[in-house]
Amino acid sequence: MALALVLGLLVALARISKSRILRSIALVYVEVMRGTPLLVQLVYIFFVLPAIGVNIDPVPAGILGLGLNYAAYLSEVFRSAILSVEAGQTEAALSLGYTPGKALWRIVLPQSFIVSLGPIGNYFIAMVKDTALTSVIAVTEILKTANVINAQTFETTQVYTAAALLYLLISLPLSRIVSALEKRARVHV
Amino acid sequence: MSDEVIVSVRDVHKTFTVTKTPGLAQRMRGKRREVNRIEVLKGVDLDVHKGETVVILGSSGSGKSTLLRCMNKLETIDSGRILVNGHLVGYEERGGKLVDEKATVTARKRTDLGMVFQQFNLFLNKTALGNVMAPLQDVKKLSRAAAEAHALESLGKVGLLDRKDNYPSKLSGGQKQRVAIARALAMDPSVMLFDEPTSALDPELVEEVLAVIKAIAAQGTTMVIVTHEMQFARDIADVIVVMDQGIIVEAGTPDEVFFRPKHPKTYALLRRSGLAVEPPGSV
Repeated sequence: MALALVLGLLVALARISKSRILRSIALVYVEVMRGTPLLVQLVYIFFVLPAIGVNIDPVPAGILGLGLNYAAYLSEVFRSAILSVEAGQTEAALSLGYTPGKALWRIVLPQSFIVSLGPIGNYFIAMVKDTALTSVIAVTEILKTANVINAQTFETTQVYTAAALLYLLISLPLSRIVSALEKRARVHV
Repeated sequence: MSDEVIVSVRDVHKTFTVTKTPGLAQRMRGKRREVNRIEVLKGVDLDVHKGETVVILGSSGSGKSTLLRCMNKLETIDSGRILVNGHLVGYEERGGKLVDEKATVTARKRTDLGMVFQQFNLFLNKTALGNVMAPLQDVKKLSRAAAEAHALESLGKVGLLDRKDNYPSKLSGGQKQRVAIARALAMDPSVMLFDEPTSALDPELVEEVLAVIKAIAAQGTTMVIVTHEMQFARDIADVIVVMDQGIIVEAGTPDEVFFRPKHPKTYALLRRSGLAVEPPGSV
């Protein structure tokens, strides 16, 4: 998640930067990551990269795959949030002696972060659920564990209901936390 | 007032380029991209002396706001020179040409110019006090305590100490603009630029903002004000400058401009705002 947030922000900044090269690289990245299934990306990282000599363990591979994928989506959230902050805010900061970079960092980004809290929360929850996909690259996450238990006990209904409940148990508090944060941040804007 | 020139504008030209890209359907019919060039400033000269209040009048589209925004390089210029305290802002001269200078250098020079915007542009996620403190901490690198003390002093000057903890969304337009003035003033600029400071305000809120600006002028602050408030202009200005279609058509004291306008455009402008004056040449 942290990877997705940081990388997402970097990609967003690249997409609105003045440099044409940076913009193109970021655009290609976003299009590739959004245009191919996460499942394929995970398989690619885990099974194809070793073929060119890059071996990654299942858990880091899962984190990397989810992080890279969600970074693309989050970058779009950040980009639109940054663009939604009025130009006047930047102009005011510049006129007060902020450098363009400092104006972005100190004035524009804090405001755009408030705007993006809701969508970020959405993607957080989606990401929790997408951890299920990492079972295909042998990460022992909830679904994988459920499969194992099911294979031993054949209590199919109970096992998968429990698995589903576990996902809910993680995502429900998450969504509550996000809306609480959002409420607090939005009071003034 | 002294002879010291704070802002010197020499032969400034600026062109806006508006590019119209036709839609796909139109392009298939052979329509080309249209480039329209509008000359907004066509050779403007102006001196603002220390302690002076210069008011720029003119109908919309005359280039007055653009001229103001060129002074701190919120807009670029095509040719000519604008010196603030003897320095170019945002440019350096290389072989007789203007070249963009380093952003950090421009930022430092911009602290010499305080700007107040038509739309206030308060930082929405900060309180009134936070708005005034932010640049003191971020730009002037004051400690938190020093920034707060200085910010409170500045808010006091605009009469908003009791509103210091309010966010912009809880302030009236007039109060917002007064916070914006306090914020610019707290940076101790050598000149204050006002870009139509009351144009976005409800009529009953205009007066409180104008009163604050008058109080600042009375303390000897150098100011350039773009406004449509004629009465205010007459009261406050040392020099009135009238712009029309990118040039200065007339400049003089309020008495000269209001009672003995020389240029037909000035006369028309005054007539439109309901100030009865003698037409040029009739006295």
